[in-house]
Amino acid sequence: MTDPIANRLGSLPSRSASPYNQPSSANLADILERVLDKGIVIAGDIQINLLDIELLTIKLRLLIASVDKAKEMGIDWWEHDPSLSSRAHAAPSLEEENRRLREQIEALRADAALPPVEEPEEGVAPRRTARPKRPATRPARGDA
Amino acid sequence: MTAGPLTYVYAVARHSVALAQATHAVEGVTGSPVHLVPPARDSALVAVASPVPEDDFREAALRRHLEDLAWLEALARAHHHVVEATAAHSTVLPLRLATVYLDDDRVRAMLDDRHDLLLGTLEQLDGHVELGVKIYLDVASGTAPASAPAPDPTLSPGRAYLRHRRAEQDIRDAARQAAEEAAGRIEAIARTHAVQRARHRIQEGELATGPGTNVSNDAYLVPAAHADAFRIEATHATDGLTGVHVDVTGPWAPYSFATLPDPDEDAP
Repeated sequence: MTDPIANRLGSLPSRSASPYNQPSSANLADILERVLDKGIVIAGDIQINLLDIELLTIKLRLLIASVDKAKEMGIDWWEHDPSLSSRAHAAPSLEEENRRLREQIEALRADAALPPVEEPEEGVAPRRTARPKRPATRPARGDA
Repeated sequence: MTAGPLTYVYAVARHSVALAQATHAVEGVTGSPVHLVPPARDSALVAVASPVPEDDFREAALRRHLEDLAWLEALARAHHHVVEATAAHSTVLPLRLATVYLDDDRVRAMLDDRHDLLLGTLEQLDGHVELGVKIYLDVASGTAPASAPAPDPTLSPGRAYLRHRRAEQDIRDAARQAAEEAAGRIEAIARTHAVQRARHRIQEGELATGPGTNVSNDAYLVPAAHADAFRIEATHATDGLTGVHVDVTGPWAPYSFATLPDPDEDAP
């Protein structure tokens, strides 16, 4: 999936062109918020309904609720999701990130080894072993 | 792996002749005929179901399809259509979209396993319908209200701009107050007619097609005998108020109130 779902909103088939041709007076947002977000949840044999539907619901929430609102709430994972954002492709790959982190760890180890191992006598020598805090790059997925 | 079709379940209801007859006339997802699956043991419960092609409803295919909004829309509308058609004849518990079983026997097993919970929930919802009430501000955020005063030519451009912004803000504030008033009136109407309320998310995105800015989106569980009165009174909740309007939808099957007492987490 390289095509963000939002790009296809403009080309929604009209009701009469729907493959199943079901008449209904209700608007799509009203139906989706009910059939996806409400109703009895029972695990079927086809294991799609729980996790994937929830993920899908979150994506649709972004269409029904605005993206700005989601960002206000700190939800921005779609920017990392290739199916939702072309920007995700430009994001550093996991391998790349791992490599960078390994280098940082090596650098820190080398740093920490430099000062003599003896305990600071005056208690003023700064410790070099404190790890720099790395900001979380992405929030937990199921967080919405 | 089974080669035959899978069974898609729309809803659970109590069996009745009227329901059985109604389902004969209904087309399910992918145009498949809808039928009732009775439980294995002696019980009044049935599942409203239809066969669906395995090619489209196996895990991987289904997951891929659900990302396709056109496909999802067709599925959602077909699902809703079956729920709506059966709800006209019986109290139904709508199931979450895309609840799919390997065959009817597996559906029977589900009905038996959860018999008491399903029946209890059906009894609670008996004779009730769901109505949706959305309140909108007519002033769309970010657009200049038509009624904003024309800029005073004697003012400097900066002052004129600020004054214009102030006027826009005042109109929005007035509309917000009107919306609060309308919400209060609807609450009073609900106290008379409704037994339960569920809050939905405000519709703001690209799928929100209604005019204006949605500021509240609630569903109410209303005894069927009160549905007309609730609808009429809620429709008039914005009478005499400017800058707001209300949209009443339904009656719906009780989607927003159909929840089993225990969270269902066990996979079969």
